[in-house]
Amino acid sequence: MNTLLLGVGNILLQDEGVGVRVVEEFQRRYLIPEGLDVLDGGTSGIDLLHHIANREHLIIVDAVKTGDPPGTVIRLGGDKVPAFFRQKITPHQLGISDVLAVATLRDEHPKNIVLIGIVPLTMETGLELSTAIAAKLDTLIDRVLEELEARGLAPEPIANGDAAA
Amino acid sequence: MAKRITIDPITRIEGHLRIDCEVDNGKVTKAWSSGQMWRGIEKILEGRDPRDAWECTQRICGVCTTVHAIASVRAVENALNMEVPLNAQYIRNMIIAAHGIHDHIVHFYHLAALDWVDIVSATKADAKKTAQLAESLSDWHLNSYANMKAVQDKLKSFISSGQLGVFANGYWGHPAMKLSPEVNLLAAAHYLQAFDVQRKANQIVSTLGAKTPHVQNLAVGGVANTINMDSQSTLTLERLMLVKTAIDELESFIKNAFLIDVGAIGSFYADWTQYGSGITNYLSAPDMPMDTKGTVFEMPGGYIKGGDLGTYKAITSFNDEYFKQGVAESSKHSWYEGSEPLHPFKGETEPNYTDWQEEGKYSWVKSPTFHGEPAQVGPLANVLCMAAAGHEPTTRYLNGVLGTVKALIGVDLPLTALHSTIGRHAARAIRTGVLYESLKNQWQALVDNIGKGDVDTFNQPEFPKGEIQGFGFHEAPRGILSHWVTIDNGRIKNYQCVVPSTWNAAPRNADDVPGPYEAALLGNPVADPEKPLEVLRTVHSFDPCLACAIHLHDDEQNEIIRVKAL
Repeated sequence: MNTLLLGVGNILLQDEGVGVRVVEEFQRRYLIPEGLDVLDGGTSGIDLLHHIANREHLIIVDAVKTGDPPGTVIRLGGDKVPAFFRQKITPHQLGISDVLAVATLRDEHPKNIVLIGIVPLTMETGLELSTAIAAKLDTLIDRVLEELEARGLAPEPIANGDAAA
Repeated sequence: MAKRITIDPITRIEGHLRIDCEVDNGKVTKAWSSGQMWRGIEKILEGRDPRDAWECTQRICGVCTTVHAIASVRAVENALNMEVPLNAQYIRNMIIAAHGIHDHIVHFYHLAALDWVDIVSATKADAKKTAQLAESLSDWHLNSYANMKAVQDKLKSFISSGQLGVFANGYWGHPAMKLSPEVNLLAAAHYLQAFDVQRKANQIVSTLGAKTPHVQNLAVGGVANTINMDSQSTLTLERLMLVKTAIDELESFIKNAFLIDVGAIGSFYADWTQYGSGITNYLSAPDMPMDTKGTVFEMPGGYIKGGDLGTYKAITSFNDEYFKQGVAESSKHSWYEGSEPLHPFKGETEPNYTDWQEEGKYSWVKSPTFHGEPAQVGPLANVLCMAAAGHEPTTRYLNGVLGTVKALIGVDLPLTALHSTIGRHAARAIRTGVLYESLKNQWQALVDNIGKGDVDTFNQPEFPKGEIQGFGFHEAPRGILSHWVTIDNGRIKNYQCVVPSTWNAAPRNADDVPGPYEAALLGNPVADPEKPLEVLRTVHSFDPCLACAIHLHDDEQNEIIRVKAL
């Protein structure tokens, strides 16, 4: 229960939902080992508070806009993650930055936070990822696995996991 | 000379809302409400299986997930003229009630309270006096001196760290902040405790809905929960008892903190019963169906004209013609083609963006009317309709809040005081009390019905050849929500959502009559146009939710709010 893999974003806006798509794909391919929780957070805010509270490790997957070309994968760690979330503008009543701030106020802030991000190509209305970003799902899942392995977690592949995708 | 204020975006709401005001002699003389996002999400549903629509619609918004799911299954069931098993109604009703309680608590404490409560001032309070005041108001078990002192120490160390976090961008020390440091500390303590309470309400949704934030148990025709008192993988007695425990834990906070705080804070801001009435036509949906057909409801709803409860006309069933025929939306001042009001079954969504035009088009939100008139929706509309219908729990909680005010400041507030900015907050707390009682009743109804041997939760939908139409309504936390669907040969042909904030955030309509936010802002005081706290108070009192669209993390745009005084 110490590590949370959290995918966020809006799946109705194509690449905006890439974080959720990564988490869905991860669950199709791997058995979730003890010590790991996996959550599709959608566009929730305050609902996520008790999921992230007191985690040893929080790994967030999300679309990010860095000015880099679409498809660029980034990793942010340590104090840079809350700082990064504070900079962003959010149309949410309480975005992830606020939820992390509330966790701080309540002394429940996750000890280690990592953000795996990818620069989206399109955020038009639609349920499908763009081809360019869909092609990066394997890369993103590999990055998630690296993070998990660094934390001593080794998810076992589900037999024929790829076939279900 | 008149000044112009633009607030873009309004923060601590869901979605992107811009408000423009003209201020003359410290009062708002004109206002414009502009939704700054275009969703067009309904288009995704065209051609899809109507049985899957609810899973898509619950992704429209991060806050209103379950409400769009409920309205969607009801719309499709209405098109199919289906009945829903009693157990499924009760389970859905419990999800509705628990979600509503969660949402109202979060809105009051975590989104709106900071417009009225000065967190920085709370650090200067005499914590002993705070505890004395709190204990004189109610016997909430976390009102002790030790608790108040701990909260104050926490706030002091948090603020002195320089990282204000959630409290950044507040108008601390603003002249319109009127609470004493002691009351500010009391509210701050409950602000912190409310995080734990909202979680209890959410646990009920996740236990019944199989998952949060997105429930998985709904189905056109009922719910996917199978009831088996012996099996581990289904809705068992153990899970039902877990739900019951959570319901009981909510009771004390709602009765001894939320309802009391609203009365107390309202007493100190009694002048705000004079501002923010605006549109006093009120529309709300009946909800909590107690039969399979949707003709008997635990919570009544209907329409009130011009603030006169004597004009109340009930909406009586899921097939109600008065409601069905009454709704139309105009695009005269919205960034779409056309201007004549259209019924949702004939709704069109062809964008026509023109930039912000004071006399022309200026919003992505359409302007809905009910039988030709603008209507305010939300907890105030709901509470007034339920009071007009003689709903006993509503009257009881309403009298309770008015009693708190009387005890504190000796004033007998008339019912008309509710037509106001502060009245919308009072109504939200009253509705939370009513929802708590409903939750308890629905739990008992479910247990009793299972006890009779009925374990049905699902009727199989069957789609006919050809075209059918249906609508579904739901009294959501922000007001009446309706989904309108046209199905052709078992596939969605057209889908329209008329959401609560469309009613309230509406721009001027086809007759150029302002919408509820716009009308409510007229006459609103503004002490300092550079810090328009009072405008935020009135807008936040509606609990705006402009269906979330964009969530992207952006490190290019650092500008958070543009407050422009011209």
